[in-house]
Amino acid sequence: VTADLETRRDHRARPLVESVSPQRVLRIAVLGAGHVGPVIARAAITAGYQVSIAASGDPENIALITQVLVPGAEPRWAADAVQKADIVVLAIPLHKFATFDSSQVAGKIVVDAMNYWPPIDGVQELFEDRQFGSSEIVAHRLSGSTIVKTLNQIGYHDLEDGRRPVGSPDRRALGVADSLRAGRVLEPGGPVFGASLRRAEFEAAVRAETKWSSPARISHPHSRQGT
Amino acid sequence: VTTSRSADVGDPAGHVARFPLVLGLDTFGDLSGDADGRPQSHAQTIRNVVEEGVLADQVGVDFFGIGEHHTDEFPMPAADVVLSAIAARTNRIRLGSAVTVLSSDDPVRVFQRYSTLNAISGGRAEVILGRGSSIESFPLFGFDLADYEDLFEEKTALFADLLTGEPVTWKGKTRASLRNQDVVPHTEFGPFPTWIGVGGSPQSVVRAARLGFSLMLAIIGGSPARFAPFSQLFQQALERFGRAPLPVGVHSPGHVSHTDEQAREEFWPRYLELIRRVSKTRGFAIPTKESFAYETGPRGALYVGSPETVAQKIAANLTALGASRFDLKYGMPELPHHALMTNIELYGTQVIPRVRELLAQEAIPALSV
Repeated sequence: VTADLETRRDHRARPLVESVSPQRVLRIAVLGAGHVGPVIARAAITAGYQVSIAASGDPENIALITQVLVPGAEPRWAADAVQKADIVVLAIPLHKFATFDSSQVAGKIVVDAMNYWPPIDGVQELFEDRQFGSSEIVAHRLSGSTIVKTLNQIGYHDLEDGRRPVGSPDRRALGVADSLRAGRVLEPGGPVFGASLRRAEFEAAVRAETKWSSPARISHPHSRQGT
Repeated sequence: VTTSRSADVGDPAGHVARFPLVLGLDTFGDLSGDADGRPQSHAQTIRNVVEEGVLADQVGVDFFGIGEHHTDEFPMPAADVVLSAIAARTNRIRLGSAVTVLSSDDPVRVFQRYSTLNAISGGRAEVILGRGSSIESFPLFGFDLADYEDLFEEKTALFADLLTGEPVTWKGKTRASLRNQDVVPHTEFGPFPTWIGVGGSPQSVVRAARLGFSLMLAIIGGSPARFAPFSQLFQQALERFGRAPLPVGVHSPGHVSHTDEQAREEFWPRYLELIRRVSKTRGFAIPTKESFAYETGPRGALYVGSPETVAQKIAANLTALGASRFDLKYGMPELPHHALMTNIELYGTQVIPRVRELLAQEAIPALSV
């Protein structure tokens, strides 16, 4: 996650996280305590971020899960977690997105780690318009937020097993897309979805697939401290 | 074991000691191949599974499980019927589902089928409830995958009620209400063992503890050791709900043959073909020789090799996960029946005794994480 933000800062005149002084630790709110949320939260804790985690209801319901699986994270009501966060990671089941309150994350940077994957999760009307990628539809509904698509194309177990420090020859590449149109290349059925690729292989796979003039930028999301 | 140590729930050594070691086999009814590897019929596949279950009993396997599937490569929608045939020809081995897709089934019918199996087998039935990889049952029976959580939550709770053996009063959204309903056949010896199969959902782990079901960890890829926190979460949740400790099991795929090389040669092409076929819909990366070597090595999830290799890996992972049960999911679509029979024989006569020996020793080499 560190590397992503730095890439973004390098790339844009206006950094996405403007208000954070270099001294203060970034606060991440992970929404979702299912398969994916706790894994992302744990990786973020290990990388030195301040992490809160929320499910759809009372934080008491996820207190034990948080204590055992994500020690160091704070279970919160979603609204509370989001309010204090610099970055929100959306890792809820996609079928619950239709009833997700968009005002909750207004003004926030939202990492969309979700996928529309009918063979696994069933058909959902909201995401059936195949002119648009799932993150484009998410961005349309969350129009007050800045959506970044990443962490969706790696399996949650690989997210743990595959963590490597910067510079490791077997470090796996992940795509980070702020152009959500281009981010469609990261979706299920695409060339990099679920694939374990080094940076050069990843770039080649994306280039071969896309006709966009500026494909999804490529970054290494794992922490520098990661092992 | 000191007082403070025994209070340390989730302590791996404590678990293995607390529950009897159970070493089983699971199949999904993988479509059989003939001696030349050509696919056989669904009917022959089912008859082969009966023979495999009978052999498992003869060679000392503790449990034989059949996972519900509804596809051409896994033609196995009626596991309980096949288990009944095995029950009629055996008298020792425990028999169960691995898994029953309860969300797209009726808990009352599942209870009735498995309590019938329990009667036929003289109390040897078990059930593992879960989603498995069998999502095809949802459209087949008219269920919406988006309702998965609600279906599973309601139906597991009703199943827990049915297991008590008392008349059931129940009301929910997913089936007709029951009022003081006596559900037959009654079991002779109390509730049969019931597990919840969990792939990666912490909420399912907590649900299993809340309902008093044992926990079966389905580990089909990546490092088994990363599931250790789930085992710990389960024991802590049981304590939180005021329940006594319950066993944790592990289900993983593999193949045993005489040598490591032979096992890999038999397993690899079928494994590659299966994952290639489902990769687009399931999001699995297509395996490479390199990824296969990792998965079959000490830190991966596949138990493919000689009896010694597989036994060492089972013993190490049971210890790392605080688990007392291991079910090897044997077979792959179009693997010849004779290779499966060899696998079962080696598992029963060599792997199981070796795992028991390894776990009886004081020092078990833990997986380095």
